Amino acid sequence: MDQSNSFRNGPDEDGHFGTYGGRFVAETLMPLILDLEEHFAAASRDEAFWSEFNALLKHYVGRPSPLTFAPRITERFGGAKIYFKRDELNHTGAHKINNCIGQILLARRMGKTRIIAETGAGQHGVATATVCARFGMPCTVYMGETDIERQQPNVFRMRLLGAEVRPVSSGTRTLKDAMNEALRDWVANVEDTFYIIGTVAGPHPYPAMVRDFQAVIGNEVRAQIVEAEGRLPDTLVACIGGGSNAMGLFHPFLDDTGVRLIGVEAGGEGVETGRHAASLTAGRPGVLHGNRTYLLQNDDGQINDAHSISAGLDYPGIGPEHSWLHDVGRVEYVSVTDAEALEAFQLCAELEGILPALEPSHALAHVAKLAPDLGADHLLVMNLCGRGDKDVFSVAEALDVEL
Amino acid sequence: MSDRIDARFRQLADERRAGLVTFVTAGDPNPSESRRLLAALPRAGADVIELGMPFSDPMADGPAIQKSSLRALEAGQTLANTLAMVGEFRASDDATPIVLMGYYNPIFSYGVDRFLEDATRAGVDGLIVVDLPPEADSELCLPARACGIDFIRLATPTTDDRRLPSVLRNSSGFLYYVSIAGITGTRVGETDVVAGALARIRAHTELPIAVGFGIRTPEQASRIAETADAVVVGSALVDAVEQAPENAAVAVSELVEMLKAGVLSARKA
Repeated sequence: MDQSNSFRNGPDEDGHFGTYGGRFVAETLMPLILDLEEHFAAASRDEAFWSEFNALLKHYVGRPSPLTFAPRITERFGGAKIYFKRDELNHTGAHKINNCIGQILLARRMGKTRIIAETGAGQHGVATATVCARFGMPCTVYMGETDIERQQPNVFRMRLLGAEVRPVSSGTRTLKDAMNEALRDWVANVEDTFYIIGTVAGPHPYPAMVRDFQAVIGNEVRAQIVEAEGRLPDTLVACIGGGSNAMGLFHPFLDDTGVRLIGVEAGGEGVETGRHAASLTAGRPGVLHGNRTYLLQNDDGQINDAHSISAGLDYPGIGPEHSWLHDVGRVEYVSVTDAEALEAFQLCAELEGILPALEPSHALAHVAKLAPDLGADHLLVMNLCGRGDKDVFSVAEALDVEL
Repeated sequence: MSDRIDARFRQLADERRAGLVTFVTAGDPNPSESRRLLAALPRAGADVIELGMPFSDPMADGPAIQKSSLRALEAGQTLANTLAMVGEFRASDDATPIVLMGYYNPIFSYGVDRFLEDATRAGVDGLIVVDLPPEADSELCLPARACGIDFIRLATPTTDDRRLPSVLRNSSGFLYYVSIAGITGTRVGETDVVAGALARIRAHTELPIAVGFGIRTPEQASRIAETADAVVVGSALVDAVEQAPENAAVAVSELVEMLKAGVLSARKA
């Protein structure tokens, strides 16, 4: 493909994907993100950086994660041949660690001595606490009080890993407020602190940087599916909160226009109820957390609360590159409800012996709708980006089971 | 450049004193008390008024201004109401400059052209939009300047000599020096450190410099007034609103009078 027609050229030098992205931050942070951009650009060109990154992914994270054929789900849906990309088998149980390894190596390279992060479901917080323990750096994780209540196991896990979990009681006490609070910490501690953002959002260069660290998912899938089937897949499906697992899977395939790409947002109680987290389905462009992107907001430009049974998808925005891919039509974005995700969660456990996190259960719920109408020779890969152990309490509660 | 801001800083220079810039959030604690409060500020001694446009996610603000924003939003404040408040204020006060301060999303959502048209008509003199750095000047800064509305930029301790020219390039009205790296209302910079920073900045610009973030007492205001062209007080005022929501205009006025006395007691360097 001609470079000028590539979907993989973004962002431009100011961090824009079309009209999305950019650097909408307070002046105090500008010198920091410009500095970060320079260091990331230098690291990207440095083979030694990538070999250290890849060695850690192999020996510490356990990559490559398998690409597993799901025979009984395939049989049940009665259509496409379904594969799972098993990023739930990574150390710490989700794809989040890929990005954390990359960013902590960069933090060390920049001479930073303290790490902060925000977390929703706790997976990114756990992954950040993990790499901080591994590299002996102090770690503060901001987490909304609402999320702390529903993700107790992950809170304890972070504390065991030596991180300080700071509860956030402002706003709606979820992921967006945790991100606000992490930004406030960063503004006040600019000298020594590195902010490890967990998704493909935030000011430039974060969306591109997190994508590049997560692209290992898609790159592995390319090699694995060719080995298993002798060709590229027909469809890729991934869930989307901020969108890092989806971007990591999709990005290496963006220019393979024969590969259909589908991102699944959290429809909560139903998009029509207003209680959901489907920014692309029901939001409009705005500016929050350093970037322009689709946001859930009211008529006055105030940010609305997101809602999802999955804390990891409970965010009123989405990465700016997804907004652009939505507008140019390269990726399709759909949504599924809490109830549909719960059903998929149980189905996956019963039929494949895998407890998926509630986040990829959304992806599976859409696969359930899509697969039956596709032929048996249609290759579909779904990113099983996290394991469900953290969710068993929420699921039990949703199913009215007392533990 | 806004005539009112220009005239006010000329007047301050003639009087050889620093000005007092007061920040309150539009619509806090409710629309009617907020209007009374706004009208009372010049009488109490405010030389320039910063009026906060409330936002649900004020990333650069500390707890006091966050809570103030939420109070205003819960009481139904919208950007349209804020502009209407300014228009009403202008009917009786054509001299006190009003600078709207906030975040970009509500303006972007309102529509930049429509916002500038309505702000010009209402008598807004300047804008401080925290999350629009110079790299994003084409979004709002340049269109605002074209309408005669000043775009007031924040310089911070992280704004080094390499960065300063781009911060100053399209700034007008005055420069807002943030005395600490941090969020609003938390702590105040050391006086001599602030003085050093202002000397460094003045080598790059003729713009008047207002200093803020964390100034709460008449004593602090007095110390900063020795070197700054104006002193900004915000969190302390919105705290007073929180403590006396029924009587906010009176409570804030009393505090502003004390702060003004502090500013006036300063010996100009």
